[in-house]
Amino acid sequence: MMNQYSNHCVDFNASHVLHRLYEIQHTERHISAESMTLVADEFKMSVSQVASVVSFYSFFYLEPVGRYHIQFSNCTSCGYQVGQLNLLEKICRLLSVVTGKTREDGWVSVGETSCTGMCDHGASMLINGMPLARLDDERITQISCLISEQKPLEQWPVEWFRVESSIQKHGLLLSETLQPGSSLKKVLVSAPQQILNHIIDSGLRGRGGAGFGTGKKWQFCRDATGEARYVVCNADEGEPGTFKDRVLLENNADALFEGMAICAYVIGAKKGYLYLRGEYRYLLGHLQNVLKRRYAKNLLGQSILEQAGFDFDIEIVVGAGAYICGEESALIESLEGKPGIPQIRPPFPVTHGYLGQPTVVNNVETFIAATHIAKNGSGWFKSMGTKESTGSKILSVSGDCRIPGVYEYPYGVSIQQVLDDCGADNVQAVQIGGPAGTMVARKDFSRQISFEDLSTGGSFLIFGENCDLLSVNQNFARFFAHESCGFCTPCRVGTSLLTNSLQKIMDGRATPLDIHEIKQLSALVKRYSHCGLGHTAANHILDSLQQFSERFEKRLTQKTFTPQIDLDAALAAARKMTGRDDADAHLE
Amino acid sequence: MANNEHTITIDGTEIHFKAGQTIMDAALSAKIYIPHLCHYPGLTPSGNCRLCVVELNGKDVTACTTQAQPGQQIRNQTPELNAARMAITQMLFVEGNHICPSCEKSGNCKLQAMGYYLGMRDEHYPQFNPRREMDASHPAVLLDRSRCILCDLCVRASREIDGKNVFAIAGRGIHAHLIVNTVSGKLGDSDIAVDDVAANICPVGAILIKEKGYVAPIGRRIYDQHMISDVAFDEHVPEHKEHGND
Ligand SMILES: Cc1cc2nc3c(=O)[nH]c(=O)nc-3n(C[C@H](O)[C@H](O)[C@H](O)COP(=O)(O)O)c2cc1C
Ligand code: SF4
Ligand code: SF4
Repeated sequence: MMNQYSNHCVDFNASHVLHRLYEIQHTERHISAESMTLVADEFKMSVSQVASVVSFYSFFYLEPVGRYHIQFSNCTSCGYQVGQLNLLEKICRLLSVVTGKTREDGWVSVGETSCTGMCDHGASMLINGMPLARLDDERITQISCLISEQKPLEQWPVEWFRVESSIQKHGLLLSETLQPGSSLKKVLVSAPQQILNHIIDSGLRGRGGAGFGTGKKWQFCRDATGEARYVVCNADEGEPGTFKDRVLLENNADALFEGMAICAYVIGAKKGYLYLRGEYRYLLGHLQNVLKRRYAKNLLGQSILEQAGFDFDIEIVVGAGAYICGEESALIESLEGKPGIPQIRPPFPVTHGYLGQPTVVNNVETFIAATHIAKNGSGWFKSMGTKESTGSKILSVSGDCRIPGVYEYPYGVSIQQVLDDCGADNVQAVQIGGPAGTMVARKDFSRQISFEDLSTGGSFLIFGENCDLLSVNQNFARFFAHESCGFCTPCRVGTSLLTNSLQKIMDGRATPLDIHEIKQLSALVKRYSHCGLGHTAANHILDSLQQFSERFEKRLTQKTFTPQIDLDAALAAARKMTGRDDADAHLE
Repeated sequence: MANNEHTITIDGTEIHFKAGQTIMDAALSAKIYIPHLCHYPGLTPSGNCRLCVVELNGKDVTACTTQAQPGQQIRNQTPELNAARMAITQMLFVEGNHICPSCEKSGNCKLQAMGYYLGMRDEHYPQFNPRREMDASHPAVLLDRSRCILCDLCVRASREIDGKNVFAIAGRGIHAHLIVNTVSGKLGDSDIAVDDVAANICPVGAILIKEKGYVAPIGRRIYDQHMISDVAFDEHVPEHKEHGND
């Protein structure tokens, strides 16, 4: 019998406040005060609640953006700085538009956004939310021509928008093929606790970064008391340099949804959510089709595979530009239609999650691993990896290398091995785990990817010999300042202070005292912040200061003190007013 | 051990706590001061200012949000923690515009008092000099956002005690700011009343009551005469008010 899939779950609809706001943003190009009042009415929220949501997420705007709204990724791998060429500046010049300001005629606006997960595609932008990758000088000129001609996006060359799944190395998981439902069928003949025991026995740990035991998490949730239980897949993939979840969603969505259903069977959940980052909205149609197929095959919905009482629905919620929503408690807030502010833990989501009920939150890769463990057994999984890190890790490799892409390795692989495979020579440093992770210098390339040594959500950023590492630090610092949720003082203020201090060093105006200061400030932000974002936001600076201190020292002036502001620059206004520019009108 | 069934130890002093109390509650009842700005007894704790971070068995936790558990060993007054508290206080100073000599709250301001308490002599970090909107639309209550430290106390007081919902925090990161829950965004269109807890709980001079400036002269205000660590024990919000349409 065909299972009737519920429209509510599969078709993108505006019953979620983020979706409703997206619709308004999309059609009206901003969210006006009137719209907010309307939404408040519709969702029985207060106007201030709606306003808080609108002003929290980067993809909502209070003032109209252009009919062509361009957001360049500012990541070190898929960002707009290509060698000496600044693509953002170039398009602004060609289109006579100023960054962050909609052109007077309302046609164009250009801005920046955090990594869009296209690092294997080179410089990238989102144009009206659609990814457009492989940007270079020529493409930027072409784009600006089409915009000047006011040609609708639908008439632009389709191949420009093509996103490829650059899988370069198939390991344990990526070489598996899954007949949809085959793992689930196998699961349903055993009792939930038995399946759970397999997962526990496999040693599977979360692939999102923190590495919490997946079996243990499911067990906690199963044992927690609540009126309902939820399965949530974290597809927020916001860590700059990570794109393996994007590739998994493109190619392995069946295995992912199957893993969520297996989790539901184990913990006794009836409802699951896939939280998809707004940058990956282009995948929505594909993911919905997979869901529809699964409903049609009775792999979702009521009495799954004729098993009475096993009902499970999956709904997709799309974010709107906020890295912090990858943090699980912030993600749950966002699912509930609120700003993504990390909550006080404990209680953890496994006991108090979505709507206050026991909830499992796992990364895309974690669910896919669970699907294959359920099918192939825990022994199969444990045959690879190390003692503490069983199985494989899927890496997103990008930066200064010849073959960027997705590489899957058994845990324990060395950095050097990955560099050899992706064609990276003369590497200065590798950033493992993205800006929040660890910076590793050449002398340590024998270190391993594993929970015992270097744990990572998957980001593997390569910096070649000619790269200015200080500008990498500055890029990362800006990222954290932009993505701090603002809840707690050390991170809210500290990440901005760090950005300013690094700028002072970049400008050559810093003194040895400033280095001392930046170390102290980094330690403070790390120790006193409320959540993982703040705890990791200064790691890259501390790593860099430790391993590449000469890069910093080279830029220092030997004075004991220089003011934070550039005094000469501060006189510019006075010079302009008096029409003077002679030597006496300058300080230096 | 039976005798630590309901006791915790803060800096070597063993104190009793009641079931359900946080470390902050227990400390305040025992007249032990743990520095804090975003906490006010009687309101749901938030943990945003981070001044009350203490070391609990080697881990850093906010005292205001952590449940007291038998036998906890807590370090509070350490040079390291107090140095961090001073840095955090300085961050709050430079983030906003705090020009104490021209502020009506001077002397009654907890941010200033925290600076005195921690021995702060300068603001240390470069000023942000933010431009933030002032709201003078209400006849009796003034909102000067340039002094707001985003402690969330007015937000919680309005919801939890006044039974209203006048304020919220909006924006992300350094752009976080206080908003008013009205279509116009103006305080004048809200139902805040001059004797609401939300109108009076602001630790700094961001929410001020109009037309009663300088009732106590400078020099004779609370923190001109007492350390914040001595007057923190008597604070408690009134019980939740039932609201009519007055
Ligand atoms: C700032 C921050 C961002 C995070 N972003 C992600 C993310 O994009 N994807 C993810 O799976 N986990 C992310 N995490 C980790 C999640 O909080 C959580 O641990 C994870 O989703 C659990 O899944 P796992 O056990 O399968 O790894 C982030 C954590 C922090 C602190
Ligand atoms: S550490 Fe940063 S992101 Fe986390 S709660 Fe504090 S301000 Fe928000
Ligand atoms: S206005 Fe005052 S009470 Fe309200 S958040 Fe700002 S500082 Fe806190």
